[in-house]
Amino acid sequence: MTELPVNAVAPRRPGRMVAGAAAGLVLIWLAYTITVNENLHWDVVVEYLFDGRVLGGLGVTIALTLLSMVLGVALGVLAAVMQLSDSPVLRGAAGLYTWFFRGTPLLVQLIFWFNIGLVFPVIGVGIPFGGPMFVEWQANTLVTPFVAAALGLTINEGAYMAEIVRAGIRSVDPGQREAAEALGMSHRQILRRVVLPQAMRVIIPPTGNQFVSMLKTTSMVSVIAGAELLTVAQRIYLGNFEVIALLIVASMWYLVLTSVASVGQHFLEKRFARGERS
Amino acid sequence: MVRIQSVRKRYGSLEVLKGVSLDVPEGGVVCVVGPSGSGKSTLLRCVNRLETIDSGRIWVDGRLIGFREHGDRLHLLRPDELCEQRQKIGMVFQRFHLFPHMTALQNVMEGPRTVLRASRAAAARQAGELLERVGLADRAHHYPAQLSGGQQQRVAIARSLAMNPKVMLFDEPTSALDPELVQEVLAVMRDLAASGMTMIVVTHEMGFAREAGDHLVFIDDGVIVEEGPPREVLSRPRHERTRAFLGQVL
Ligand SMILES: Nc1ncnc2c1ncn2[C@@H]1O[C@H](COP(=O)(O)OP(=O)(O)OP(=O)(O)O)[C@@H](O)[C@H]1O
Ligand SMILES: [Mg+2]
Repeated sequence: MTELPVNAVAPRRPGRMVAGAAAGLVLIWLAYTITVNENLHWDVVVEYLFDGRVLGGLGVTIALTLLSMVLGVALGVLAAVMQLSDSPVLRGAAGLYTWFFRGTPLLVQLIFWFNIGLVFPVIGVGIPFGGPMFVEWQANTLVTPFVAAALGLTINEGAYMAEIVRAGIRSVDPGQREAAEALGMSHRQILRRVVLPQAMRVIIPPTGNQFVSMLKTTSMVSVIAGAELLTVAQRIYLGNFEVIALLIVASMWYLVLTSVASVGQHFLEKRFARGERS
Repeated sequence: MVRIQSVRKRYGSLEVLKGVSLDVPEGGVVCVVGPSGSGKSTLLRCVNRLETIDSGRIWVDGRLIGFREHGDRLHLLRPDELCEQRQKIGMVFQRFHLFPHMTALQNVMEGPRTVLRASRAAAARQAGELLERVGLADRAHHYPAQLSGGQQQRVAIARSLAMNPKVMLFDEPTSALDPELVQEVLAVMRDLAASGMTMIVVTHEMGFAREAGDHLVFIDDGVIVEEGPPREVLSRPRHERTRAFLGQVL
């Protein structure tokens, strides 16, 4: 057989060349102004990038993100399963939860949790409705800024995750549930073995987005002095007035975190697409 | 083995089953035919309690399905008791419903592993034998998406058989298949019938009904219009509705 190699010439696309040149020029101009602008203090940025306090704040940001995502996902699964249950009480409770926490600003919720001591000065374990207490703590010592931050972020995240998980569960073909029921599997077994693994394909991508956005959302806890990256940067610039330089330091770290998380998200999505394609 | 007595079932104002009675002896193969929407799937789904019934009784292997009799009152079974009853009733669906995130072998192992708590080794051995029986030993590690429709349906049959059911229910097992794949599934079902399995088969495959069936039931509009030995019903239908239906499908 004769071979017919394809050595085609690409068509000229003048419009694209002009647009590309314009974008390139803008980028060069941006880079130029940023480097020559003396108000940006790049030397200060370099000085603080690996400062101990900044790295500490970075650690708190990572810890807050991981903690509130893990607990938030667990809470979201619980609320989603409740919303899909047969019991109207469970459905109502879960619905109320997502309605309230998705409907009020996270900032408000964070400030509320931080000031919970104003409502419940003493927190403890005991018999409800006025019964005796077995252990009690002062709210102001128990609810540190970190605890308030983790609490606020977790509960807020759980409400959003509930919607994501619910959409994932509903995306699974009802025939899957029936096939599992026909084998004699219980509701719990069906959820764990059949429905959730398949729902993952739908749940993972938005959860990855939630994770990436949680890395940045943690900066909100700076209003209650959460000791994470932004709080630390603020503390430093309140002392040395290098506002922009420290915001750049913080932003650089946020970019590192979100980039790493996006790569992880990519691999996770690939893994859960298993068995879907031939 | 299966005894269905005066079963009625309604969805809202639509009565889908209007007093259906049917007896399937042990080892019997009953084929159910009828037009779309006549209630065939609903009848099967009532037998393994995927649907609740509004009146009537269904027994499988001597046990009342879905209820416990206490004096003259019926009590609904608890969810775990329903699960236990379903274990003994296999069901094969038109659209297979294999678990897409598991390989063929894992699909067949799933029931014994999760429900019967069989050891991994024992479940894998049994699953291997069942896949061999349906002619798919070489596809054990393929995911459903990598199998043809006929192969998927045979895995689904193996998955049901793994629970050692007393009865197998088939809901149009070949209707979603390309014509050239129908025979491989029917062959597996014929073997199963010959091995003495009690079967209720909703199908449009009159050839299968004629050769493998002991009894043919024609359902229309929620009632059994005509029933009898398959050859007789197929060649000399007594009722006008049966004749009209058979005229369309044959
Ligand atoms: N869950 C449901 N809710 C409401 N109506 C239903 C439901 N399931 C079935 N029906 C109705 O009940 C009737 C009988 O349905 P069924 O699936 O038993 O018919 P079928 O004989 O199996 O038909 P086909 O050959 O198309 O599968 C149909 O009119 C259908 O629309
Ligand atoms: Mg049907």
